[in-house]
Amino acid sequence: MPTVAPLDLDGHCMAAAFLGDVPVFALASGMVHRLDHGTHAHELHDGLLTAARSQDGLSLLSGGEDGKVMRIDRDGTITEIRGPARKWVSVVASGPQGAVAWAEGRQATVRLADGTTRELTEDRTVEAIGFAPKGMRVALARYNGVSLHWVAGSARPVDLEWKGAHSAVTFSPDGRFVVTAMQENALHGWKIDGKPGDEPKHMRMTGYPAKIKSLSWSVKGRWLASSGAISAIVWPFSGKDGPMGKPPLELGLRSDTMVTCVACHPAEELVAIGFADGMVLAVRLADSREALLRRPGKGPISSLSWRADGRLLAFGSETGDCGVIDIAG
Amino acid sequence: MSEAPAPIPVTVLTGYLGSGKTTLLNRILSENHGKRYAVIVNEFGEIGIDNDLIVESDEEIYEMNNGCVCCTVRGDLVRVVEGLMRRPGRFDAIIVETTGLADPAPVAQTFFMDEDVRAKTRLDAVVALVDAKHLPLRLKDSREAEDQIAFADVVLLNKTDLVTPDELDRIERTVRAINPSARIHRTSRAVLPLDAVLDRGAFDLSRALENDPHFLDHDHPDHACGPDCDHDHDHHGHEHHGHDHHGHDHGHDHHHHDHAEPAAIHDVTVQSVSLRGGEMDPKRFFPWIEKITQMEGPNILRLKGIIAFADDADRYVIQGVHMIVEGDHQRAWKEGEKHESRLVFIGRELDREKLERTFKACEA
Repeated sequence: MPTVAPLDLDGHCMAAAFLGDVPVFALASGMVHRLDHGTHAHELHDGLLTAARSQDGLSLLSGGEDGKVMRIDRDGTITEIRGPARKWVSVVASGPQGAVAWAEGRQATVRLADGTTRELTEDRTVEAIGFAPKGMRVALARYNGVSLHWVAGSARPVDLEWKGAHSAVTFSPDGRFVVTAMQENALHGWKIDGKPGDEPKHMRMTGYPAKIKSLSWSVKGRWLASSGAISAIVWPFSGKDGPMGKPPLELGLRSDTMVTCVACHPAEELVAIGFADGMVLAVRLADSREALLRRPGKGPISSLSWRADGRLLAFGSETGDCGVIDIAG
Repeated sequence: MSEAPAPIPVTVLTGYLGSGKTTLLNRILSENHGKRYAVIVNEFGEIGIDNDLIVESDEEIYEMNNGCVCCTVRGDLVRVVEGLMRRPGRFDAIIVETTGLADPAPVAQTFFMDEDVRAKTRLDAVVALVDAKHLPLRLKDSREAEDQIAFADVVLLNKTDLVTPDELDRIERTVRAINPSARIHRTSRAVLPLDAVLDRGAFDLSRALENDPHFLDHDHPDHACGPDCDHDHDHHGHEHHGHDHHGHDHGHDHHHHDHAEPAAIHDVTVQSVSLRGGEMDPKRFFPWIEKITQMEGPNILRLKGIIAFADDADRYVIQGVHMIVEGDHQRAWKEGEKHESRLVFIGRELDREKLERTFKACEA
């Protein structure tokens, strides 16, 4: 039986994550709570808008209403990556080799581990940043599509156009696909592994009743799980053309509430699903078998994150009732 | 699930550059009313108050990907409001200040079309400031000034000290011609009781009618008051010229001595069409309103109405912005109250004859 170690915090949890073995919970207030032989509270921002774990899994990056970009390590060391500024930093992303990116308004900044920075400016607000799995390349989601920029050199960005507002972006782990979430309750994908000069192929993934706020690739990138419906919608990406012409899996179906968050297991084809009523389920992709991890709580699940070994799952909610689930009990 | 907190009211301030938006905003923020405001502005500019939550945001229009050109929202507002609402308790209400050239429709539509914004906030009112001195010039050189007035629930005819009483009457007539259902206040330096612009409930279907039971009566629009006015604001005995005014009762006309049809006013392209009918058949009315708003959505800036349905004990109230229409039962018809349907469209290139005819055809 899974067991839940609750942690009741005051405010909207923007990110629950493991830094190594240490669970951290970043709240919209700007406070980050760290569970390491007791609870430690750190004030990173006056208003935290976005947070993402670094790719090495050892620190959390964040951006705030105060215009700061911050990093907190698992031992509680805090680094100000970029000082306060007037505009909200509403996007942060973590890349390979210690690269960090953030966006404020129409400008995105990529900062490499050696401290060099590159500024990338779009005509419209940069709503999300995704790093490519290989090579120092970023996808910037914006109105009417995505721009793919190489961080080094002066090559022109590749524009992936699709009408509408794109609010999240992710590369598939094999780098063959770019997928965005849209204002219109849909995902849009581009297949970008064609020959140079080929038009990228479009993939429309529609039918969601709500906006898609959470996306997660399964181990090896064979599936993409998403929120925004009464079940987790999981698209197959193992074929040559991704999910084209194939129906998605619908996992953890519940009739009376919505899926708000998904997180695929780091080793197995299994997805943790968080719901608007605070329930958390684990569902196996192969046979749709469900296990209850947490009963409904006070509010919608806003963040889910596995420990690297896949045994513990950290969860956060919009109402501050957070915690850690041990799936083996 | 936890109890949902009450939606936060949002007031939208529009008005051309120099109309007094910043003056009004500074008054709202500095007056001792015990309320805390989050303010979303395009530029910090001259807001002289630093103890409130002021967020700078680049106005960014998103077309919804549904093939409709008028289905637009403000993408930046979606993000900022979402961010603000993750830390409730810091403020009691939100004020959105738009740039001088802004189209108010996407701002208003954001609060209806975006599910997250809609779940946590409610649009309270659109307030337009008008520079009494420069309005004629503005109307000549821009469509936005006219749109802002047409869209407003409350119009502040500001800088009245810079014009003569005759000019002011003429300007007010112009405003009234563009928007017969807005409440007009004459002000100087944007001085007026703040409850005239805040917490109006203008988009709350039932409250709009409770506050202003005659808001559809073009024959009896609210009369405009200066800051020192001691008139009862819910008093509708005055006769004004509405744009498409029918009963020419001149006996109580306080401000208007000129009976020229306002349609003849220079540089006014917005018109209003006011419809009256008897009891409606819902099976005809709903497809009709849907079709009209689908077809004419881009031309319809606002619509408001009270509908009497046959065999229905309750009044049905309806309002819309371009293609978005919302309606609900409001309250039971009172004894002796005339079961009558009334609907007003404010927009451009509206086919009055066709609207009248097809509206009539929905009667039971």
